[in-house]
Amino acid sequence: MTQDLQYDNNGRLKHFLTIEGLPRRAILEILDIAKSFISVGQREIKKVPLARGKTVVNLFYESSTRTRTTFEIAAKRLSADVINLNIAASSISKGETLLDTVRNLEAMHTDLFVVRHNKSGAAHMIAAHVPPHVHIINAGDGWHAHPTQAMLDVFTIREHKGAFEKLKVAVVGDIRHSRVARSLIQALKTLGVAEIRVVAPRTLMPSVVERLGVVPCTDMREGLDNVDVIMMLRLQLERMTGALIPSEQEYFNLYGLTTEKLAYAKKDAIVLHPGPMNRGLEIDSAVADGPQSVILPQVTNGIAVRMAIMALILGGTPAEGRARRAPARP
Amino acid sequence: MSLAIKGGHLIDPANRVNGKRDLYIDGEGFVVGVGRAPSGFKPRRSIDATDKIVCPGLIDLRARLREPGLEHKATIESELKAAVAGGITTLCCPPDTRPVIDTPAMAQMIQSSAWRLGYAFIHPLGALTQNLEGKKLSNMEALDDAGCVAFTNASAPITDTLVLRRAMEYAASFDLTVFLHSEDPWLKADGCCHEGEVSTRLGLPGIPEAAETVAVARDLALIDQTRVRAHFCGLSSARAVQMIAEAQRRGLPVSADVTAHHLHLTEHDIGDFDTQCHVQPPLRSRRDRDQLRRALKQGVISVVCSDHQPHEPDAKLAPFSESEPGISGLETLLPLTLKLVQERLLTPVEALALLTRNPADILGLESGQLSVGATADVCVFDPKERWQLTTARLQSRGHNTPFLGRELQGRVTHTVVGGRLVYEADKGLAGP
Repeated sequence: MTQDLQYDNNGRLKHFLTIEGLPRRAILEILDIAKSFISVGQREIKKVPLARGKTVVNLFYESSTRTRTTFEIAAKRLSADVINLNIAASSISKGETLLDTVRNLEAMHTDLFVVRHNKSGAAHMIAAHVPPHVHIINAGDGWHAHPTQAMLDVFTIREHKGAFEKLKVAVVGDIRHSRVARSLIQALKTLGVAEIRVVAPRTLMPSVVERLGVVPCTDMREGLDNVDVIMMLRLQLERMTGALIPSEQEYFNLYGLTTEKLAYAKKDAIVLHPGPMNRGLEIDSAVADGPQSVILPQVTNGIAVRMAIMALILGGTPAEGRARRAPARP
Repeated sequence: MSLAIKGGHLIDPANRVNGKRDLYIDGEGFVVGVGRAPSGFKPRRSIDATDKIVCPGLIDLRARLREPGLEHKATIESELKAAVAGGITTLCCPPDTRPVIDTPAMAQMIQSSAWRLGYAFIHPLGALTQNLEGKKLSNMEALDDAGCVAFTNASAPITDTLVLRRAMEYAASFDLTVFLHSEDPWLKADGCCHEGEVSTRLGLPGIPEAAETVAVARDLALIDQTRVRAHFCGLSSARAVQMIAEAQRRGLPVSADVTAHHLHLTEHDIGDFDTQCHVQPPLRSRRDRDQLRRALKQGVISVVCSDHQPHEPDAKLAPFSESEPGISGLETLLPLTLKLVQERLLTPVEALALLTRNPADILGLESGQLSVGATADVCVFDPKERWQLTTARLQSRGHNTPFLGRELQGRVTHTVVGGRLVYEADKGLAGP
């Protein structure tokens, strides 16, 4: 069903909702196209005409700075027209449903919606109800998926580490509530990394975490031992009130990434973080600003990756790594 | 109008009838002959039931009709039509209407609406606590007099254990039955599906199995102490079923039901956020479903109900956790139960007992059987007919069912309520 929804009848990528179900070559194709877009951002005139005349609406039901801005820049560099809507402050308070809002905007001939919503499945729900010419990119839905973030993470990993097959990756923090973790793990599994560990106390792990194909660890030394890549997740402060962790102090002591803990990993390990960071909670400034941090390159790469995905979906480049359309369910 | 139902295969589990028998019904609406017509009996109308199964009208322990209070979803009239189209002649309506069924007037109002329409009988379930708030006991004895067949707080939890104990003691004083929806509200929290593989994959807030087992354990301890007659509604997990089985072995007066959809679906049917599979309690793992089936075979669970919850389309057009839980189930109760016969889990007699005499026993009703002198509530169905569930075929206002588009086997051809032919598949519904 995922594949049905993400691909059109000709096997072309139509929506970008989740990494689950994307074949390896589709992921690699996006990375390759993104690579070619890196140079656009370094030019004097930072624009290509691939999406000229297209209308992109950033529909954000949850606050975001980085993701929304990089989507906006990406769309503008493709020469699309971009509208930003922060719904948290607008229609939702007037009682308009999610689908009504989308239908209204669709009536204004929008080509692509970039949707962020705080409930899992929101982007799927919209994609299942828009007409065939409208495209949806999931910019984060609840705890479910954040596929463009996963793409920029693996892009950044490839830039620094090359081939994926031998890599050991640790994802540290609130796995249970993290769409970033779910999508990254799926992307890394598809790309065939050697080992993925998730490091967190049991309160911050999903119930059947093995189902994600990862090795769970509750101890940082064990979790980071000899890894090539460390992904630190943001810890939301409201987790304290939900009785998931005792205090910021205890969390930082156990799971905060300091230079001492970083030393458990390989000498040339890189550190990623999806942002925004809580310095002194999940990551120490000495690491965040240190030589092994690739947190700022992640942001830069995010633009190229999002350009690639938008271009692909809006038909700006030929899709090679297309999947066979799965037969409709009986 | 007197009636003869001829040539059919009569299955009446309560009377151990399982064979070709004609059924004769007099103008007053009572069964006057089984197998043989009383001398001089001349029916005004005769139904040919050749190759069909004739059984007592089905009894559904739990169906929301949405009236009063939520008429934009459905009405008593629309859902009673759906009931008889599904062969159901008696159904119980939980007290979580608006206003709540915690006064005799409300209980009587709902029953008289049903009588006026004449499709199926409604037996209200009275609120166990006033306004379902879990604080003060409802006037159970007065509600009992007004026709309430059992008492429940429906899905509103009674968090104060002392209040629950008192409610059970009070109900036991008057030999009343208590229906329990055992779920720990703190463990459930904002969960919307089974905490397991699918919640992990989709990032949905899960409802752990312990939400059910913790509450069942608490409820069983109180039943043990108060000796109230109790019925557990809609069990969803294998472990809870084990606990009920163990309590029954110890001689506790407890029974249990399961919904038809929990016998066929699992968490995996949610697929990619199919809100039609958003139900409460949640669809759990394959192992849980298989144990529910086994418990049905062993008699630990003695009733299958529809847990009918019709919704307007918008209720399901939302992100999964925001969509409203529930399935429109009246018209699939019989075919989904018969599916267990086709899958060789149950015999036809066992399957029909789950829908007729067993629920009648729990409610203390005389219906659910067809002996001479009984009220003629009858369901006639073709066990072989295959049909596709489509919105056009549904009588219910609620089209929210994950079985839409699926082929089902076993179709109701005639429904008789109190001797009146209220539904014929070929001709539709009789007027009210």
